[in-house]
Amino acid sequence: MQAFAALLDGLIYTRSRDHKVRLIADYLRTTPDPDRGWALAALAGTLSISTVKAAAIRAMAEEQFDPMLFRMSRDYVGDTAETVALMWPDVSQDVVAPTVSEVIDVLSSTSRARAPAVLAELMDRLDANGRYALLKLATGGMRVGISARLAKTAFGQAFGLSVDDVEEVWHALRPPYAELFAWGEGKSERPDPADSAFFRPFMLAHPLEDGKVNLDEFVAEWKWDGIRIQIASTGGETRLFSRGGDEVTAAFPEIAAAFNGIGVVDGELLVRGDVQGGEAASFNALQQRLGRKNVTAAMQAEYPVFVRLYDILFDGTEDVRALPWTMRRNRLEMFVAKLDAVRFDLSVIIEARDFDHLAEMRAAACAVAIEGVMLKRRESPYLAGRKVGLWYKWKREPLVADCVMMYAQRGSGKRSSFYSDYTFGCWTPDGDLLPVGKAYSGFSDEELKWLDRFVRNNTVARFGPVREVEKSLVLEVAFDAVHESKRHKSGIAMRFPRISRLRRDKPADEADTIANLRAMIG
Amino acid sequence: MNISRTAAQHWIEPHAHGIYVKPADMWIDPSRPAERALVTHGHADHARSGHGAVWATPETLAIMALRYGTEMGAPIAYGDGFEANGVKISFHPAGHVLGSAQILLEHAGERVVVTGDYKRRFDPTCAPFEAVACDVLITEATFGLPVFTHPPIEGEIAKLLAAREANADGCIVVGAYALGKAQRVIAELRRAGFDAPIYIHGAMQKMCDLYAAHNVPLGELILATGLAKAEMKGAIVIAPPSAMNDRWAQRLPDPITAMASGWMRVRQRARQRNVELPLVISDHADWTELTDTLLELRPAETWITHGRTDALGRWCELHQLKARALDLVGREEEDEG
Repeated sequence: MQAFAALLDGLIYTRSRDHKVRLIADYLRTTPDPDRGWALAALAGTLSISTVKAAAIRAMAEEQFDPMLFRMSRDYVGDTAETVALMWPDVSQDVVAPTVSEVIDVLSSTSRARAPAVLAELMDRLDANGRYALLKLATGGMRVGISARLAKTAFGQAFGLSVDDVEEVWHALRPPYAELFAWGEGKSERPDPADSAFFRPFMLAHPLEDGKVNLDEFVAEWKWDGIRIQIASTGGETRLFSRGGDEVTAAFPEIAAAFNGIGVVDGELLVRGDVQGGEAASFNALQQRLGRKNVTAAMQAEYPVFVRLYDILFDGTEDVRALPWTMRRNRLEMFVAKLDAVRFDLSVIIEARDFDHLAEMRAAACAVAIEGVMLKRRESPYLAGRKVGLWYKWKREPLVADCVMMYAQRGSGKRSSFYSDYTFGCWTPDGDLLPVGKAYSGFSDEELKWLDRFVRNNTVARFGPVREVEKSLVLEVAFDAVHESKRHKSGIAMRFPRISRLRRDKPADEADTIANLRAMIG
Repeated sequence: MNISRTAAQHWIEPHAHGIYVKPADMWIDPSRPAERALVTHGHADHARSGHGAVWATPETLAIMALRYGTEMGAPIAYGDGFEANGVKISFHPAGHVLGSAQILLEHAGERVVVTGDYKRRFDPTCAPFEAVACDVLITEATFGLPVFTHPPIEGEIAKLLAAREANADGCIVVGAYALGKAQRVIAELRRAGFDAPIYIHGAMQKMCDLYAAHNVPLGELILATGLAKAEMKGAIVIAPPSAMNDRWAQRLPDPITAMASGWMRVRQRARQRNVELPLVISDHADWTELTDTLLELRPAETWITHGRTDALGRWCELHQLKARALDLVGREEEDEG
């Protein structure tokens, strides 16, 4: 447990991604089974101990501490698990700290009612960092800035495997991943996922910067503004996966139920028809469903979802990923023909005479669900990740608005010390500025220096790390879309905002209004 | 919690900007200029400039002279005292920083101790805290929450040295308050056997010289300004927290950002300041020291000047100790410590 606690603390305080990967890799190499497998599961978010919920920790705290002192401490620390770990009386020197697997065994085999007492016994055998790690392990959420992908990358690095190879078998395996480590250490063959529905890594696209492609070599499809989704089915079992490989079957049960093919297909989850609030609002509704463990019939009825399919990875049990796109497309068309048309359709091929014609069509496309154009090399196999020269995304020209800088925060990494994260706003009819977004990219290094100086010289207030600035600088902000949002007081939010130009020439009162921005919704 | 049974309330007045000792017409640590000031220690939030007459330890006066260029004041050594209109005033070690003192006031048959800032751990750079029996204890509570337990400093110094070993091509920059914390970290590194030169930010040089002149040996110190990156490989650099995230630090080779502060006990506080190597080293009493001191002295009344007055007050209530919160303003809570 102490090694795992040290790893967690290392991850909390390390900013560099490479360094985080190295810390995890070192841990995975030097820690015995099954501890390291449980730890890997905890980091990748695949560990769940059903007997311990946050309430168990609060119950344990109430048993131990004065409620007022606990509440004051919790308010200050901002994290219940950490507060309890810090307040807990210190361990005597001669006890033996539990191992990660002992913790998992003990907690998994107890009841919910007994859990607080069992947890308290484990707490008594750990120091403050160990107690923190224990409580984080027991409740799931690690909050150490590690994605599942990064955990797998670290596993790959630990044992000299490519993350794509790890990804390929990962989703068929379960914690504590004994087969995975045996394979990593060369003690056994690569695990064979055999007959289960599991996630295969997605093929991703590069942005098409200023280049052109030859439409004899590339096929064009619309780029849909929905949620990328993979459907895998063995016939007996159908599962849905999101971009990161997280299973989202429970969030979209109507899709899983309607799927009657065998194989693995790739597509975009969209909402059918003109529903209330426009399509941008429906995108938000989809996003919210993503995180859910179950959805109500009302939610299913409110936004009728379907999947627009554009690729096939397995046709039946046959792996067709090595086939060129044209042949996969044929397979896909036959595959989709047998599916329920209410829930599944085929992404159409754009028939353009040449690239310029395609550019015209792209500029003219006004449906909100169209985000731009995808260009796919006709000969390309389906490969995991983002490979050069095979798939391109060619987004529509961004929208722009003139906004006024309101707050600034320091950046991280090479931008630490520079005020490089800006919150900006637009005007209300009453002449107030309300925040509409936050951006930290789009400017040159020279512009950053200028912006940093502007923030330092025009600070009017400080709130912890945040500086409020004189409302005088106009920023031209580019963004992909604007939609309703409860996050900002303005009631709207931008997608992918970035600073496109500094408008030092423009008086702040001539910046855009909230109403201008609202008119760009949908 | 505010009803007092002691007479002290009639001759000592807590104000937002300091503690007024009425019969002596003197202010303790006033945050605005006063005619007659008693100063517990040299930190800027306790020792302001612009007072008329100042009474403090010789070390504190030297620190004030260094900071403000004034040399006015009457030096009172530890254990010594004087009388002012029926109030006997004496100074006793507080263990916080060089020269830090508790002030004992005796009047009308009552003993009142003002701790100023204090700690009870060993510190090679200053005289150890002395428990002074009293009827009223006027205490600080900077770390007055039960989450604050400062671990033994040896372990924190070992962490710092281990990180240096592991980062031989880079350096470690340790954020430490320029008065007290910086010198303590340096002295503890020496105590742990680290005898290589230690690099310091320019803002600390004079204070380090002052400590050395007061018989606190700090070993070889080099100014970390204008040096080539290659020279700084493997270096431990001590800098004020304000310099840490600024461009000054970007001239260092691959610096790991460390911070020596009691606030580092809480992970989010460390993360918010972009600290990669938190060192829980504090010159203040932690929760255990605060509460143990109260149990040891068992004053008839405890007045809490600043910090988490609510939580320490609650603890007093649970232990049937009389307490009142004063909530003095202007005390730095987050930067020092």
